[in-house]
Amino acid sequence: MREIFVDYANACPVDERVFSAMKPYFTEKFGNPSSHIISKGNEALKALDESRKTVANFLGAESFEIVFTGSATEANNLAIKGTAFKNINKDKKHIIASDIEHFSITSPLRTLELDFDFKVDYVPVDNDGIVEESALRKTLREDTVLITIQLANNEIGSIQDIKNLVKIVKEFNENIIFHCDASACGGLIDVNVKELDVDLLTLSPISMYGPKGIACLYIKKGVTVKPLIEGGFQEAGLRSGTENLPAIVGFAKACEISKLEMNERAKYLSRLRDKLMDGIEKNIDFVHITGHRTKRLPNNFSFWIEFAEGESLLLMLNYLGVMASSGSACSSNLRARDEDELVASPVLKAIGVPSDICTGSLTFSLGMKNTEEDIEYIIQIMPGIVNRLWQMSPFYLDKIKGHTPKMTKVDK
Amino acid sequence: MADAQGPYSQKVMEHFLNPKNMGEITDASGIGEVGNPSCGDVMRLYLKINDDGIIEDAKFMTFGCGAAIASSSMVTEMIKGKTVEEALKVTNETVAEALGGLPPAKIHCSVLAQQAIEAAIKDYKEKKGIK
Repeated sequence: MREIFVDYANACPVDERVFSAMKPYFTEKFGNPSSHIISKGNEALKALDESRKTVANFLGAESFEIVFTGSATEANNLAIKGTAFKNINKDKKHIIASDIEHFSITSPLRTLELDFDFKVDYVPVDNDGIVEESALRKTLREDTVLITIQLANNEIGSIQDIKNLVKIVKEFNENIIFHCDASACGGLIDVNVKELDVDLLTLSPISMYGPKGIACLYIKKGVTVKPLIEGGFQEAGLRSGTENLPAIVGFAKACEISKLEMNERAKYLSRLRDKLMDGIEKNIDFVHITGHRTKRLPNNFSFWIEFAEGESLLLMLNYLGVMASSGSACSSNLRARDEDELVASPVLKAIGVPSDICTGSLTFSLGMKNTEEDIEYIIQIMPGIVNRLWQMSPFYLDKIKGHTPKMTKVDK
Repeated sequence: MADAQGPYSQKVMEHFLNPKNMGEITDASGIGEVGNPSCGDVMRLYLKINDDGIIEDAKFMTFGCGAAIASSSMVTEMIKGKTVEEALKVTNETVAEALGGLPPAKIHCSVLAQQAIEAAIKDYKEKKGIK
């Protein structure tokens, strides 16, 4: 049975070279960097310092500007809550975010609103998922303390012009802290903090074939945040807890390789992606591409199909060996306790996909293990899958017969 | 493949991949269409009922997830050959049970199936002038 993984936005295999670099730090070089007076600890500290330098270099930052965290979610929390808590006693309690941020941004923001009296405004995006500049200008306030906008979206791939948005914000008030969640971008597009001109930035090694359980927050020199996890003095007191050194070493190795291979990867991935996009668009009716046509991650192809539901598409694809993802409510959380926890992707709603039919969404996110043959196979099986679902869809039947559907809404 | 069925039971996957009684009955005695506003699923059930009040044929058209399609397929199998009164006794629990269980978040799909029967029979009775 064929096995084609096209869900790299959600999980990436660890590069063998990265894995090799990590291995000794599990079994032989197991020292604690805090115990650096003894040789084992000193060996670990050197590896930690070296890794931090590599990650900083990857971002165009200085070593002391990098704080390692346990995940991109944690780094986003540290950026959002850490900045808010630093300013909690001042009168500045206004925060701005884009309408398509990840849950690891919107959930802490909701907590700040509900429990700490902050006010959060969300800037809308256009139908391509690009932040509207005029709307951003209107949202800025005298008491704005923080703004958070992602570099690229992991579902629809759209890339924001962060540099320009920073300029708009800083022209209004240079003291507003600008955070950028670049966790979907590492190894796919350039992520340079000097170039982007941000104050805080989240980077994850997952999209660059690095390990899970590690990420970092870039904190520009002079910018301060309150730690969320307190204990010893690791990470300059900003993130206590014994360092996950094997993962940190792997993160650094992934950065080192990505720096060298990114252009080649982007070229390869975008060629496969374009072929897939072309094949699906040409062979299937009622397909709507989501995200910006050109300003998008090189490995991302996201779209929705009318009259077919996302989870059914995923199940049929999976049955035929193709593993993708969907933003449909039905596929959102099958481990949920009840149906109330099934929610359609807020990103799709934000870009104007009608919520009652946005359920037919699919994201193919490609990786370096995908081949031309994989793409050809997907193009070959997709029309059959879609047709099969259309054949059992009352909406499709009504469409081809020209009927207006008459439906009894059922109360929950 | 090691695990092609994901979160669902073998029975759900069988009915999802090879649904029974899929399609339209053009001269149906009763049609029930129900939807779930929270997830957008829509189930349309067609019944062909003879003069003795026996369901001779049942077909479905469904827009929805794997559980919704499997529930639709299962419910048509369960009510075929039954009288209208017997069919009304089919509950969401019996549908879910016949499918080897559903994940908690998908129980509403079997509820939809029960409601589809009720809606189709209501439509049939209205057309027939039965109270």
